[in-house]
Amino acid sequence: MSIEIRNVNKKFGNFTALDNINITVPTGKLTTLLGPSGCGKTTLLRIIAGLEYADSGQVLFDELDVTNTPVQKRHIGFMFQHYALFRHKNIADNVAFGLTLLPKNERPSKADINKRVAELLDLVQLPQVANAYPHQLSGGQRQRIALARALAVKPKLLLLDEPFGALDAKVRKELRTWLKNIHHELGITSIMVTHDQEEARAVSDEIVVMNQGRVEQVGTSEELIHQPANAFISDFLDLV
Amino acid sequence: MQISNSYDYQSNAATKDTPWIRRTFIAIAVLFMIVMLVIPLLAVFYEAFKNGWQLYIASLVDPEALQAIKLTLITAGIVLPINMVMGIAIAWLVTRYQFKGKQLVTTLLDLPFSVSPVVAGLMFVLLFGLNSTIGGWLESMGFQVIYAVPGIILATLFVTFPFVARELIPLMQTQGDSEEQAALTLGATGWQTFWHVTLPNIKWALLYGLILTNARAMGEFGAVSVVSGHIRGETNTMPLLVEIAYNDYNFTAAFALSSILAALALVTLLIQQVMTKIQERKFAKSERLASAPELPVSANATAVTESTSADSTGKV
Repeated sequence: MSIEIRNVNKKFGNFTALDNINITVPTGKLTTLLGPSGCGKTTLLRIIAGLEYADSGQVLFDELDVTNTPVQKRHIGFMFQHYALFRHKNIADNVAFGLTLLPKNERPSKADINKRVAELLDLVQLPQVANAYPHQLSGGQRQRIALARALAVKPKLLLLDEPFGALDAKVRKELRTWLKNIHHELGITSIMVTHDQEEARAVSDEIVVMNQGRVEQVGTSEELIHQPANAFISDFLDLV
Repeated sequence: MQISNSYDYQSNAATKDTPWIRRTFIAIAVLFMIVMLVIPLLAVFYEAFKNGWQLYIASLVDPEALQAIKLTLITAGIVLPINMVMGIAIAWLVTRYQFKGKQLVTTLLDLPFSVSPVVAGLMFVLLFGLNSTIGGWLESMGFQVIYAVPGIILATLFVTFPFVARELIPLMQTQGDSEEQAALTLGATGWQTFWHVTLPNIKWALLYGLILTNARAMGEFGAVSVVSGHIRGETNTMPLLVEIAYNDYNFTAAFALSSILAALALVTLLIQQVMTKIQERKFAKSERLASAPELPVSANATAVTESTSADSTGKV
């Protein structure tokens, strides 16, 4: 599913979070929104998700205007920096949650839901934790379950808000490679937010560099390194 | 990271106080509690049963006593659900929304605690009494508030109002709303989010708030005394009847009813202890699962591609 952002603006009081953003996100690719704190990348991600509304502009999914569509109807999967697993449900119920909310005529049978949960737990390589609770898992394990939960309802768009920000360096590196492989297998259009340029370059098909509410440059990791558009890019990517 | 608790320096042989200081503190605390709490409580039960079982039971099945018990139960039965719903609503409002005047709402929430119960009762008499505008209008429709059961319920509602909200607000603030946002992204409506995510997360605090509400609703004296009019057989709750019985020199009855209220207090404390224990035990199991692999094997992600890849026809 392709995403298009047209002329999106967002202010919080006097603070301009997003200033006339125009980008397209290609189908099936993993695009990263990269930039320093406060550049607007998370705000933009949440506007795409429907967790925030833009002041003006449009969000289009496959050329359909979803700007005013509520978050529940956008068929997205969202991963939070601090996992946001349901603390009082066990892992299986967490992963199955989206499926249990479907209206009666669309909802799979209990057996089918269990089967799908088992498949997803296999996908994220945590098949034995189905009856455990989130507080019994480590951060890296929780984030993998969060991915399983987001994928359960077969979203057409996966949004990741600094998914590895709360993890230590070694786990972060392992998970980013794992995410890249999963994305390669599944082919879901994905947008990730990070301030870690090394992470962006390791994982993304395309990077959107942002600063102070504006898009500085869009390109692959190679393009950004060899043809930085301005001093900010060179500085941010540590290019001497 | 070592989080320091409040027991560290007293449990450490190098820094703790000498034994006699410790024993003195404990002795003072225990003595005070025995004199101020335990002995009066025991006295209530002693006086209630002093004249034997027969008189005790007879006092409780007396028609006035039965009516008082019934009215107390009805009051609690009405006040509990109302305050539960309103408490949750106020807590939701204060912890999930930003708006002008939020500080005012939080301050007003504590009003029933700071106002003397007698003043609270008088407030309702002035508002709904027969000489007031509202009271006069209601009476013309045949509905009496003051010196009748509705007034008692209103007064009890007022004094028990903050309990549920005050239990829920700090908890909901600490928990944050990210789980609720996650539920929204998974397709949950507002109501589904509240029912499946918020409510399970607050259930213990809610239960404790209801226990406090119940204890206060059944035991309230001051505010109810002012609005009830003490009409024998009609508008006396248990606490009111205790005072009346005592003033009538009917000590056994007074203490018999008091013993029920005291037993209620003890049961309330017991339930609170049990709930705390259950909750502690539930979350004490935070050992990592030894069998779950910490890191995924990145090189060979065995994906079940057919069932998880995005369906291009748009079917979910």
